[in-house]
Amino acid sequence: MEYFLELFLSGLIRGSIYALIALGYTMVYGIIELINFAHGEIYMIGAFTALIVASVLTMLGWNQIAIILLASVVAVIYSSAYGYTVEKIAYQPLRGAPRLSALISAIGMSLFLQNYVLLAQTSDFMPFPSLIPEFKFMESYEHIISSPEIVILATTTLVMIFLAFLIKFTRMGKAMRATAQDREMAMLVGVDVDRIISFTFIIGSATAALGGVLIASHIGQINFYIGFLAGIKAFVAAVLGGIGSIPGAVVGSLVLGWTESFFTGYVSSDYEDVFAFLFLVFILIFRPSGIMGRAETEKV
Amino acid sequence: MCGGSTGLKNAKQQHNAMEPILEVKTLTMDFGGLRALDSLDLAVYQNEIVALIGPNGAGKTTFFNCITGLFPPTKGEMLIAPPGKKPTKLNGLKPNIVTANGLARTFQNIRLFPNMTVLENVMIGRHCRLSSGILGAAFRNRATVLEEEKVVEESYAMLKKIGLDAFVNDFAKNLPYGAQRRLEIARAMATDPFLLLLDEPAAGMNLQETRELDELIVRIRDEEGISILLIEHDMKLVMSLSDRIFVVDYGKKIAQGTPAEIQNNPAVIKAYLGEEIDA
Repeated sequence: MEYFLELFLSGLIRGSIYALIALGYTMVYGIIELINFAHGEIYMIGAFTALIVASVLTMLGWNQIAIILLASVVAVIYSSAYGYTVEKIAYQPLRGAPRLSALISAIGMSLFLQNYVLLAQTSDFMPFPSLIPEFKFMESYEHIISSPEIVILATTTLVMIFLAFLIKFTRMGKAMRATAQDREMAMLVGVDVDRIISFTFIIGSATAALGGVLIASHIGQINFYIGFLAGIKAFVAAVLGGIGSIPGAVVGSLVLGWTESFFTGYVSSDYEDVFAFLFLVFILIFRPSGIMGRAETEKV
Repeated sequence: MCGGSTGLKNAKQQHNAMEPILEVKTLTMDFGGLRALDSLDLAVYQNEIVALIGPNGAGKTTFFNCITGLFPPTKGEMLIAPPGKKPTKLNGLKPNIVTANGLARTFQNIRLFPNMTVLENVMIGRHCRLSSGILGAAFRNRATVLEEEKVVEESYAMLKKIGLDAFVNDFAKNLPYGAQRRLEIARAMATDPFLLLLDEPAAGMNLQETRELDELIVRIRDEEGISILLIEHDMKLVMSLSDRIFVVDYGKKIAQGTPAEIQNNPAVIKAYLGEEIDA
């Protein structure tokens, strides 16, 4: 039973990290129906930014809490700027073009950013300081869940509550939903759609960067390639949940996290990714619109 | 039914003194080799209800798409002059800027935001009149909160005016057909237009609903001071409602005038019924 609980929690944490990235995929898809392949790279850039800031601040002798807060803030701002710029350069000029063009542009952007970081940094894995402190009060639960894991869970939950609030109640959130449902009509009732799309990219990039900082400091090393696998996994999670649906992205991420965790725990850890993608294949065969996705109804 | 004559008199008196609030000159729109609009001239004056009629495929909706910024016209000039403001050229403006300038429209096939509530649909209409942005959303400062409260109030008042206050929290897609049509009008009005463009507002409505629509349109003109340009196929509605009528066929204007003049115009009869062939 203890083993089960351990796997359950580790799946929950994996899932909530996937969710931070998957949210960006699903929001962008919901609004412009584009799979933003460069999204994983934004996450990677977030992690690198945090590494640089944290290294500098550690040398200056700052305390740990201040370092992680400042590193996260800088990473979020820097990645948002990247997300915004990528959209302006690679996607906005293709707004009227066939969807395939934008998709290929996204793949190009992804490769460009990977190689840019490869050249600017190094191809080796770089050690990432464990920024998240060990809390005193957590000591007695340490065998079940660690302090960094608690921080990851709490941050993810807060981000999701904030996003849900943003989308449900605020003016920008309403404009986002309207744009997602009918872009042309949204323009005609006075919504500046280009601004809303930029806003969506910024929010998505910010959550991905936050995910990058948290995972990097949990796992302890990063390189230019981490965005690729994380991006693919989060994309799988978004599709599992029903791409375009925000609650779907969260549910899909958790399901994926648990699937991986339980299969590696009870079967074999060698096949972690195999299980994840096998699961995706089955979902796509039996429920193509995803767990929470609505089947497209043909308009008569 | 009401409407017609007093508005006509007002409009006629004003024609001499006032500039049109919407003036379209030699508007031409080509889709490849097809000329959808051919040197169309049209003007709307303040407090008028003007109808644009013509057979299917005559280019009426294309005309709306051009002035609302969805299609860039091939040739021609489109000017608006909101009451008390300087004239603005519409050519090249993005649809949301056109809306911000005071033109609002509805669609032939209903295009509400189906998965948003009735209230939210109207609140979206207020969007362009508000200012709170990303930072306001994140930090919830006082100005943002006040603004949001005001929007809810205004939107609710608008729904009450249009007679939809019973549906406030229903999803738009669950409303009865007639109510969806009225909600489209309410959403358009929430953008604070001085000219409302209605694309076949009575399409698919039964007699009772059409009569209510007729009253609603006249009320919008009389009480809100919003001028109206509508495309409509229901001739009874057009004749009772309009101050002036423009008739287009194959993208060309073939007639314009009062309902009485249009009814007896041979060119119009020909366009609708076809030419008589002597055997």
